[in-house]
Amino acid sequence: MVLDNFKDWKMETFSILDKNGKVTNKEKEPKIDNDTLVKMYKTMVYTRMADEQALKYQRQGRMLTFAPVKGQEAAQVGPMAASDKGDWLVPAFREMAAMLYKGVPLQKLYLYWYGNEQGSHFGEGSHILPVNVPIGSQVNHAAGIAYASKLKESGEAVIAFIGDGGTSHGEFHEGMNFAGVFDLPLVTIIQNNHYAISTPRSKQTKAASLAQKAHAYGIPGALVDGNDPLAMYVVTKAALERAKKGEGPTLIEALTYRLGPHTTSDDPTIYRSDEEVEEWKKKDPIIRMYKYLSNRNLWNKEKEETLRKDYKKEIQDTFKAVEKLPAPTLDEVFDYTYTEMPEYLQRQKEARKAQAKSGGDR
Amino acid sequence: MMAEMTLLKAINTALHEQMEKDDSVVVYGEDAGYEGGVFRVTAGLQKAFGEKRVFDTPISEAAILGSAVGMAVAGLRPVPEIQFSGFMFPGYNQIAVHLARMHNRSRGLYKMPITIRMPYGGGVRALEHHSESLETLFAHIPGLKLVIPSTPYDAKGLMAAAIQSDDPVIYMEPKRIYRAFKQEVPEKEYTIPLGKAKVVQKGEDITLVAWGAMMHEARKALKELDEDISVELIDPRTISPIDTDTIMESVKKTGKLLVVHEAVKTLGIGAEIISRANEEAFFRLEAPPVRLTAPDIIVPLPQGEHHHMVDKERIKQEIKKLASFEE
Repeated sequence: MVLDNFKDWKMETFSILDKNGKVTNKEKEPKIDNDTLVKMYKTMVYTRMADEQALKYQRQGRMLTFAPVKGQEAAQVGPMAASDKGDWLVPAFREMAAMLYKGVPLQKLYLYWYGNEQGSHFGEGSHILPVNVPIGSQVNHAAGIAYASKLKESGEAVIAFIGDGGTSHGEFHEGMNFAGVFDLPLVTIIQNNHYAISTPRSKQTKAASLAQKAHAYGIPGALVDGNDPLAMYVVTKAALERAKKGEGPTLIEALTYRLGPHTTSDDPTIYRSDEEVEEWKKKDPIIRMYKYLSNRNLWNKEKEETLRKDYKKEIQDTFKAVEKLPAPTLDEVFDYTYTEMPEYLQRQKEARKAQAKSGGDR
Repeated sequence: MMAEMTLLKAINTALHEQMEKDDSVVVYGEDAGYEGGVFRVTAGLQKAFGEKRVFDTPISEAAILGSAVGMAVAGLRPVPEIQFSGFMFPGYNQIAVHLARMHNRSRGLYKMPITIRMPYGGGVRALEHHSESLETLFAHIPGLKLVIPSTPYDAKGLMAAAIQSDDPVIYMEPKRIYRAFKQEVPEKEYTIPLGKAKVVQKGEDITLVAWGAMMHEARKALKELDEDISVELIDPRTISPIDTDTIMESVKKTGKLLVVHEAVKTLGIGAEIISRANEEAFFRLEAPPVRLTAPDIIVPLPQGEHHHMVDKERIKQEIKKLASFEE
């Protein structure tokens, strides 16, 4: 059969640390300074704790629906540690670790999921786009930023995140193809967490890997252990160097696992087994980074205890502060519709205010 | 025999019945198969009718709706689901450019017996892009029908009619009232004709037109209204083509028209209904017709969403204002 010649795709997963934090790929172990290694770890712990705490608040009815990140911290922290300050972060909607690493205050992230648009204002020069809920569309924004960077010769690259489900979307393909054609400085990271809500990765695409989709765009596609922060660092670093040399985009598939629900509205027990979840818990990225740092005498139990105690208070205080913030006013929900308020909209606003005053508002 | 059920259950029941009755009906979408949809509207269908007729798709609205066109051409009767109406945009190309036009451009060779289901609307403290009311974007496209039920009884009968229709039907589901109340619904199959409004309550002073979750809100408002104002309440049920006859008959009687909708004001369905009142009942109007709608702003996130919503208090206000209108 002639088609047999075209069937196979080589699959090798790049990794540096095993699940016990042991270096299995000495040759590729990155030389990251100690402060950065510790920052990577601390961000992972902070993310995990803030995520778990938010889930508790949600179950108590104090937090609205949000998308937990638990289990995917390394796939986000590795790439951000490899990036420069001027590089851009274009998230999907589960990138709490990446956003925290790049400097978004937790208060902003909580505020967004708490239902307030101020949670998407990260300040001038942050180089971070807001959370992107519609699947896959952000890849095109990332391509546009990368185009501007190339045009302006700013030297900035773009890191975009997407999920396994997002790769089924036309916009993923269109954005990657666009970036490929113009050799744009874009690194797209697919966090393959194995489920798009209830739909398993196997039903998302017949392709053996998601990384291999890069081949169709004429760019490198790397398959990486996404729970290995060092492997994610090394591969992203190489992709960013390539991007900044003008050689074009790279696609990285990070193999990881969402340990929690898709969102707080989702019940994952309907579509996956406890055994499967338990297996992935053994590959927890935080465990392996802890052990790696301990082996290098950069971390220990005492430091861990102090850190968690401090973080717990900080996280709880942050959420309480969010709860105390005033809700958006009537003016606020109108005033950003356009850069300048049109007359007719001003009149609508005044009418709405009058209604509210005469008891028409709750 | 009657059974008491929610609007959500009524849709689910209609899907069961229509799949039972017609082997060409297929149901699919993101998480619509195994899990039965994120709201469980399609729950139990895959178990009952198998994975070939009820299935999960990749996340691809363009593929979900474009494939429906192909399935219809080849003799199936697809009932695809868009998980939230706010996510239909990647598939809108297929709706506006192909699905609505195929019958016309093939001069009747290819019919499009497709029913696209999508939950819509606000008031549930949902995430960004989960609360919009986009009915105008469908009503503006010739060749499409658009249905919005407001009760379990209507939901079941309209779904049956939509699936049996040889024209493409957008079936928007007011998710806010999916489980808000129950109603006695016949266990036997029945259809409610598309394009027929329902006079929910007879009245003499004001004609109030509303649909979806707003109908529910309007009924609450009327229940609480202390003043002696007689309101005729009309649910168009089919938004496109809209049953102007029933509405205008009422407007000619009352002389006063109030349209309530959740969607933003400019070019909302209210604008169309009022235009028709001007065309067909102008000399019987006793007051300028009124639209009570969301303002022309982007749906705020939950903390600010109440600034956008229409609620029973506002409806009561408008009824009173309109009732006491003087030149």
